[in-house]
Amino acid sequence: MTRLSAAFAKGRPALVTFITGGDPTPDATPALLDALVEGGADVIELGMPFTDPMADGPAIQNANLRALAAGTKTAHLFQIATDFRVRHPDVPLVLMGYANPMTIRGSEWFADQCQKAGVDGVICVDIPPEEDPELGPALRAAGISLIRLATPTTDAARLPAVLEGSSGFLYYVSVAGITGLQQAAQASIDEAVARLKAATDIPVAVGFGVRTPEQAAKIAKVADGVVVGSALIDLIAQHGANAAGPVRDLTRALADAVHSAR
Amino acid sequence: MTAQNPIPNTFRNQPDERGHFGQFGGRYVAETLMPLVLDLEREYEAAKVDSAFKAEFDDLLEHYVGRPSPLYFAPRLTEELRKSAPAGGGAQVWFKRDELNHTGAHKINNCIGQILLAIRMGKTRIIAETGAGQHGVATATVCARFGLPCVVYMGATDVARQAPNVFRMKLLGAQVVPVTAGAATLKDAMNEALRDWVANVHDTFYIIGTAAGPHPYPELVRDFQSVIGKEARAQMLSRTGRLPDLLVAAIGGGSNAIGLFHPFLDDPSVRMLGVEAAGHGLDKEHAASLAGGRPGILHGNKTYLLQDEDGQITEGHSISAGLDYPGIGPEHSWLKEVGRVDYTSVTDTEALDGFQLLCRTEGIIPALEPSHAIAAVKKVAPTMTKDSIVLVNLCGRGDKDIFSVAEHLGVSL
Repeated sequence: MTRLSAAFAKGRPALVTFITGGDPTPDATPALLDALVEGGADVIELGMPFTDPMADGPAIQNANLRALAAGTKTAHLFQIATDFRVRHPDVPLVLMGYANPMTIRGSEWFADQCQKAGVDGVICVDIPPEEDPELGPALRAAGISLIRLATPTTDAARLPAVLEGSSGFLYYVSVAGITGLQQAAQASIDEAVARLKAATDIPVAVGFGVRTPEQAAKIAKVADGVVVGSALIDLIAQHGANAAGPVRDLTRALADAVHSAR
Repeated sequence: MTAQNPIPNTFRNQPDERGHFGQFGGRYVAETLMPLVLDLEREYEAAKVDSAFKAEFDDLLEHYVGRPSPLYFAPRLTEELRKSAPAGGGAQVWFKRDELNHTGAHKINNCIGQILLAIRMGKTRIIAETGAGQHGVATATVCARFGLPCVVYMGATDVARQAPNVFRMKLLGAQVVPVTAGAATLKDAMNEALRDWVANVHDTFYIIGTAAGPHPYPELVRDFQSVIGKEARAQMLSRTGRLPDLLVAAIGGGSNAIGLFHPFLDDPSVRMLGVEAAGHGLDKEHAASLAGGRPGILHGNKTYLLQDEDGQITEGHSISAGLDYPGIGPEHSWLKEVGRVDYTSVTDTEALDGFQLLCRTEGIIPALEPSHAIAAVKKVAPTMTKDSIVLVNLCGRGDKDIFSVAEHLGVSL
């Protein structure tokens, strides 16, 4: 069993947390990742900063800019991942970001670095199934899960293409929009998760606009996982290098809510 | 096949069915947008073979935009450039006068086509990005003409340096949203337009201003702008009985250039020169993606981009806000790689010289974008024979630029 499948096989919904690597500095990221693990996160998404985060709202846009302004390089991200794997041998780590930083040195290079660093999966915002050859084959050959996004606009005709070649979990983007702003109506989430789970055996995690333990608990009643990002990023924006405590506390509250939702 | 770069039978059958121009182009968008991009592709395929769509497009171009634009032989510029040519040398310089279009640039050709597509798709709200403001003005214009609400994203830096166009857009009823992210120029405006689109997919049509973005945008923008090259080819044949020897056009995203070049791509005697913005110089800040960049993925397509070793996008710089973009349309990347089109670059200073040269010799105030093409012609025309014909796309007029030109020349208005 892979680390990712184990994280969704604990007999309870999983909490997936996102922070941007290098925000506020590359040196500060390891302690923040540890805070997520200590708070009870089941899966960690580590954002790869990009100059042009087109799918992100202001919170994560600014996190990307802070990370880049602090001099964060791709090499830092892989070092952070490598060190994380040593400290946390069992916690799945997923890199999330945009196509250009992932493919600029070639997809084989990227997949190889992921493998060496102990990265379990990759989420690439702007490589849809139609452009899979750009990244998918190299990741699959290296045994790294390609985690695809499904959205409210992904209709039944399109869903099989999204599921083809994806593994680890399916990330359901609950609103047609950017990260961190509005939240979807619970009824639409319930309906979408039921539709997705009928089409696939891989776990379905729901994200975008989830900020509070109360929201997370409602989603965890139907989904296999709940993704929280911008609310944690807001704490990092507010507390900077001293954000580990507040991040741990919010993660714990979210984890308690998600884990006990059913 | 053993040849490394086999010469295709035609250069005019791109992109392939997946929207790729060789290794370039494609549809690198978030999943939320993908179904919409596929809808647009289906709708465009249907519109292409719909004679009513073509008739409405042609009618608006003729009676609203003012097409065909003239083909003009520039006698005094030709003579001026012959002064620096060897005896018996110095090509004839001709202009395709797209600066005479309604709204003062080529941008309107594309906006007419795209708003007809938007209406066909039942969309009720239009968004656009703009750099110099020419595409924003053209989009606001067609929105007013068809009664659709219009939101234009524009970098805050550009809002400041293109104040007349901002006011024009507002007069036309558009909402102009200044974007403060990044360097607050065209790239950031495009990011913000994409964010709007992804949040409003159900009712919003994104009118992209250049031949870039996810497939089918590079193809449909090229097709709408190809009216420039089709007219120019017929006009040149009718006036001179022959084809031009060299086509020259400025390139930011590259829509005016591809519009001129595409109808000539399979005429082997016609050479083509795309002119990028070298800004302060190729070893300093510039916006020449082909000269100083390498292939990468941004804004929905794979193309040459200005970027660092990690794939972070670097800011372009040009005196011309319309060329100030760190990427280029994917078809130009392909045409460069297959060698069909040559690309060069000129600096801010050279473009300013070209601007003044055309003002003085022909009584035409060009925009700073085609001033780059004029600067390139100043270098290349004297190296050609006297009977050679150079055809330059005069893609915009300079009214919008007189304030920034005055500033650069040290004149206070």
